[in-house]
Amino acid sequence: MYQYTDFDRQFVRQRAAQFRDQLERFQAGTLGGDEFKPLRLQNGWYIQRFAPMLRVAVPYGEVNSAQLRVLARIAREYDHKEDNDISQANAALSDVPSLPDRCAHFTTRQNVQYNWIPLDRAADVMDLLATVNMHGIQTSGNCIRNITTDAYAGIAPDEVADPRPFAEILRQWSTLHPEFAFLPRKFKVAITGATEDRAATPWHDVGLRLVRNVDGELGFQVRVGGGMGRTPIVGTVIREFLPWAQILNYLEAVVRVYNRFGRRDNAYKARIKILVKAEGQTFIDAVEAEFVDILDKDGAPHTITEAELARVTGFFAEPQALTCDRKSADEKIAHILRVAAEDDLEFGRWLQRNVRGHRNPDLRAVTLSFKRVGQAAGDASADQLDRAAELADRFSAGEARITHEQNLVLPWVRCDQLPELWREARRLGLARPNIGLLTDLIACPGGDFCDLANARSLPIAQAILSRYQDLDELHDLGEIDLHISGCINSCGHHHSGHIGVLGVDKDGQEWYQVTLGGSDGTRLSGAATPGKVIGPSFAADEMPDVIEALLDTYRAQRQDGETFTATVRRTGLDAFKAAANAVRTQTARAATA
Amino acid sequence: MSAPQAPLQLFQADQFVPPEDASRRLVLANDADPREARLDGIDVVELQFPKFADGRAFSQAFLLRRRLGFAGQIRATGDVLIDQLVQMQRSGFTQAVLRADQSAEHGRRLLAHYDGFYQGDAVDTRPHFANA
Repeated sequence: MYQYTDFDRQFVRQRAAQFRDQLERFQAGTLGGDEFKPLRLQNGWYIQRFAPMLRVAVPYGEVNSAQLRVLARIAREYDHKEDNDISQANAALSDVPSLPDRCAHFTTRQNVQYNWIPLDRAADVMDLLATVNMHGIQTSGNCIRNITTDAYAGIAPDEVADPRPFAEILRQWSTLHPEFAFLPRKFKVAITGATEDRAATPWHDVGLRLVRNVDGELGFQVRVGGGMGRTPIVGTVIREFLPWAQILNYLEAVVRVYNRFGRRDNAYKARIKILVKAEGQTFIDAVEAEFVDILDKDGAPHTITEAELARVTGFFAEPQALTCDRKSADEKIAHILRVAAEDDLEFGRWLQRNVRGHRNPDLRAVTLSFKRVGQAAGDASADQLDRAAELADRFSAGEARITHEQNLVLPWVRCDQLPELWREARRLGLARPNIGLLTDLIACPGGDFCDLANARSLPIAQAILSRYQDLDELHDLGEIDLHISGCINSCGHHHSGHIGVLGVDKDGQEWYQVTLGGSDGTRLSGAATPGKVIGPSFAADEMPDVIEALLDTYRAQRQDGETFTATVRRTGLDAFKAAANAVRTQTARAATA
Repeated sequence: MSAPQAPLQLFQADQFVPPEDASRRLVLANDADPREARLDGIDVVELQFPKFADGRAFSQAFLLRRRLGFAGQIRATGDVLIDQLVQMQRSGFTQAVLRADQSAEHGRRLLAHYDGFYQGDAVDTRPHFANA
């Protein structure tokens, strides 16, 4: 992974010192709350229902074991519920004593969040993060956010090119960009280098795909104007091919046009998707004209040189020299599979669900599942983070990746070490063979923590996790994306779930709107599209039965080998609607009205 | 090429009297396109921050200084806070009229806080990678 230079390290330390100065002025009363807000947000500090929330940047999801240990230490020493005065907080429906603390949370944008660090310890935490080159730069606020990518970047067999060097170059370019720190609204960039889009690029403000043109040259397909929220829109391709060297110049044009013309009168209409939708070709023309001016009049100073790409790419070389021919790798794997089939069905399932192919035939990418009963989706306790760091050191060259699906991937696992890793991971409760299945669900922190949420996500997720523990049943149900958001801001990506659950608020009670057929843009899910609502909202108590009714309908309707979402696409929503309506209890009258 | 640029000068809004003749000053509205402005005979372009979090003037300053090669003063007025001064200097501003409650002394310290930045800007056009 990328190694920080002296310049990078000094930059992160100076950022931490700058934040300490801002915090001290806020505490001294010389910096007002409204003025401190965007400054703290651009360092990852929110104020939530009970306490501040910190979002730590994990650029394109890559994290090393030393960083995992510091994240563990922050969870252990700083993420303390009891250090916050919550007597004045509106607990709403939350059962505060049962809310988790002393843990970190993996987000859908490959970052890490904490929910209980008091603000007066914030600067100390930023100093601690800086010791391992971490920070919260631009993890919130109306700026270019932390860049995300495919969790299997650089190791996936289906890759056109490794997106990580470009993601790092983009990270550097966007970090404290003087012109683009106060955009109309947040601005998210995702980049993939694979033929399969595992980064949900059409759902981002800018979605980049590495492609080759007819001459074999490397470049980007550029999409602009995707986003979820109140108005789910899939991004528009505005360039089929942009030479890679021009990507910073081109993004400068996109963001400048957005900064100048994006709406600032209404936060709900301020994302670039609204500008793209309203202006259409005029927007594209403006970007192209600005790009030409950057090239011709400004001299294109951010053209990426071959030397710079080579320098950054060098950091992403495979961490250890593993010499292995295909035959030897195949033999090892065949042996492992034989042992698995003979000895342990669960190991076989783990190989099937949690272990993925690698561009190096002797290596595998292994996903540690953070979706289990008793802990929120994507939550990792201090001890689990420490143990994950040990696993990374022992089995994966000290590296891990945080995934969009809120798990942890070990990217450099030797195939002959899979049985040992499986035993260790199982001992830690991180070997649940459910990756890609129903219980590998995505959920935001929801109303238990978030000040914006209308309803809680965690109890719904737990109810479904608890109900679907039978592995035979889970594997029979097959690949299903279940995405849960506590409000329309869509942090749980409900729009792109095969089953999407959206928390809504009516009269202070929690209700849930259910959508079917959404897609993140993968082959399994089809072209990116928002799901369709299946009827009036359901009560919280009804939700587990609703999910079960939808799944039972799928089992009754499916044809050979058909996935849930394929059945929904083929049959339409009627049977699913009827089944969901049949389990209504409290909402029966509303549904038939 | 962009014109050489002096360090950002700081003023306090409650004490500031524009030194230039008003006829040589152009006040650009926040949504105006600098490329359509008549800059002949203009020594000072005033750009406005109706709210400190409204970042349009940064792009206006960039276009004036870098794209159009405007060599005069670019002045920030309105809701100007010391925490935006580094951005202003890098975007091509030469003068910032601080909101009256802001500490210019602290602002000068903040201006010197960072040793360097990654991307090129309106003043130092080369990105860090090109200088390394």
